Amino acid sequence: MRIELEKRAQASGLFTLVSPILALVLTLVFGGLMFWALGKDPLFALYSFFIAPLTEVWSLHELAIKAAPLILIAVGLSVCYRSNNWNIGAEGQFTVGAICGSIIPVTFYEWQSPLLLPLMMITGMIGGALYAAIPALLKTRFNTNEILTSLMLVYIAQFTLDYLVRGPWRDPQGFNFPQTREFVTEGILPAIWEDSGRAHWGFVFALVAAVGVWFMMRFTLKGFEVTVLGQSERAGRFAGFSSRGMVWFSMLFSGALAGLAGIAEVSGSINHLQPSISPGYGFTAIIVAFLGRLNPLGIIVAGLVLALTYLGGEGAQLAIGVSDKVARVFQGLLLFFVLSCDTLIYYKVRIVLAKARGSAAGGVQ
Amino acid sequence: MIVEAILLTVITASTPLVISALGELVTERAGVLNLGVEGMMIMGAVAAFAAAQMTGSPLTGMIAGIAAGAVFSLLFAFLTLTLVTNQVATGLALTILGLGLSGQIGESFVGQPGVRLPALNIPGLSDLPFVGPVLFHQDILFYLSIVLVIGVHWFLFKSRTGLMLRAIGDSPSSAHTLGLKVIRARYLAVMFGGACSGLAGAQLSLVYTPQWVENMSSGRGWIALALVVFGSWRPWRVLAGGYLFGAVTVGQLHAQAFGIGLPAQFLSALPYAATIVVLIAISHNRRTTLINTPASLGKPFVPDR
Repeated sequence: MRIELEKRAQASGLFTLVSPILALVLTLVFGGLMFWALGKDPLFALYSFFIAPLTEVWSLHELAIKAAPLILIAVGLSVCYRSNNWNIGAEGQFTVGAICGSIIPVTFYEWQSPLLLPLMMITGMIGGALYAAIPALLKTRFNTNEILTSLMLVYIAQFTLDYLVRGPWRDPQGFNFPQTREFVTEGILPAIWEDSGRAHWGFVFALVAAVGVWFMMRFTLKGFEVTVLGQSERAGRFAGFSSRGMVWFSMLFSGALAGLAGIAEVSGSINHLQPSISPGYGFTAIIVAFLGRLNPLGIIVAGLVLALTYLGGEGAQLAIGVSDKVARVFQGLLLFFVLSCDTLIYYKVRIVLAKARGSAAGGVQ
Repeated sequence: MIVEAILLTVITASTPLVISALGELVTERAGVLNLGVEGMMIMGAVAAFAAAQMTGSPLTGMIAGIAAGAVFSLLFAFLTLTLVTNQVATGLALTILGLGLSGQIGESFVGQPGVRLPALNIPGLSDLPFVGPVLFHQDILFYLSIVLVIGVHWFLFKSRTGLMLRAIGDSPSSAHTLGLKVIRARYLAVMFGGACSGLAGAQLSLVYTPQWVENMSSGRGWIALALVVFGSWRPWRVLAGGYLFGAVTVGQLHAQAFGIGLPAQFLSALPYAATIVVLIAISHNRRTTLINTPASLGKPFVPDR
């Protein structure tokens, strides 16, 4: 048995829509099998993982809290990946954004002013952008692979945060716990609807960023430049676009959004710095970007789906007694299925049973 | 004595880097970029620990590690080679899935005592002063890593099959026209890389720290990927690079123990910072990078029918 691919003349419109859904269904089927193998009732497990969190108002708020950083980061990454710049260190830019955004509320901890929050968000974005500037500089100046450098910087960022909250920034009244002072009320991102739950304005930032980038990619010259340089650097050069400039633009842009996600998360839902501020949002956002087909509007949906896996993981831990690591397995499986289903968009897949050539025996046309 | 002890730990820290980087080197020489080294390594680590724990035999653990890495890499091979998915994204998927799956599998092993792979004496040689205990009283994986360096070098540069593999990595379409089985060769190269990463993972959970800790590979797979670039796709240079990194890792641990006034976190970040510095040093000369990089690295190939 052999699988043969035949390139389609043009991308299949049908499969562009069907493939993410197919990927989700396949993930659910495999997830069900996994629960069954763990000795759980697969249907009840899937229910408590993916449906139960959607049945209560407070958990919808939690969903928005978890989706916000995922969407913000993934929207930035989509610009990177579309232009063929492989920034996979968003987790580090998220961390540095959180650190830089916290400089003012931690060092001037008594300063109460309506200016505080905007300043925090801006310093957070600058921090994330500067941290992403390192791999951009190394790529443009020294030709260094941005995949490896941006990833190494993740570890360095995490050690820096760890140093700060255990060392110079530790709360003097905090009973030696490794965390900073709580931010003053003016430094806390407010809830959107305070009466029903704690979802904060980070989610609004995420939606605005997604719609903004969608507009940029669809209607502006910059968006066209991103697409052209990503598909063919040579063609881009003939059009007068600079591929170095694009490295800078995409890395700084995605770094700034990851930085904003970092400070919004810390300010809106943690309210202080601590050694661990993210359950791997920066890496999960890579999955979000691909599941959303690198389209900002698709990313909103994908961000909500992946946020659901986090939330479901926590819920399932209580309801059916499986570990929260199941969430990571789901996320990995999902990315695999998304990537393989995308093949259907660009290729006709034929499964050849006999040895003789050309004897197509069924398959997806 | 202290020098001896330090050298011993350097060897133990370097061996997993060398083994996994060698595997990735062969994969990349065939033109395939597998960023899933970290995922395959951690799968190898958990499989090796589990098998050794259940059978009591560290050798069985080692074999389980190799098998786990190879089987796991098959997933990557199927997607990138048969379904021609994006290699960068698929490699990342392999890492994410590996970290999740290993955490799930290893949950019941957390905190349990592991089985240590014993050191092997080489009769006669291990009695030599100084050199003996350092080089000839090691576990089998150290010897294996050296054999692998020699073997991979011989295979790539002295054997006919190795020449074909390099041809496939440089120009898959010409190789295909000449009648070489590009896809099959790439499958085998990816699986060799997976087996090596699995073995490196086995070294972590059977020798380096004989226990299971979640995420215990802690970025070593990524450092191995950087080592391949650092070694400009040549086995002996990869060996040298591996030992350089092993020395940095061990050096910072000793510096932490002696307390040299720097915060521990900065010392812990040192191996990662060193990776960046080394990458800059090696890639700033565009021409040497171009000459050494397999020409089709990371590019998908669909054979004409």
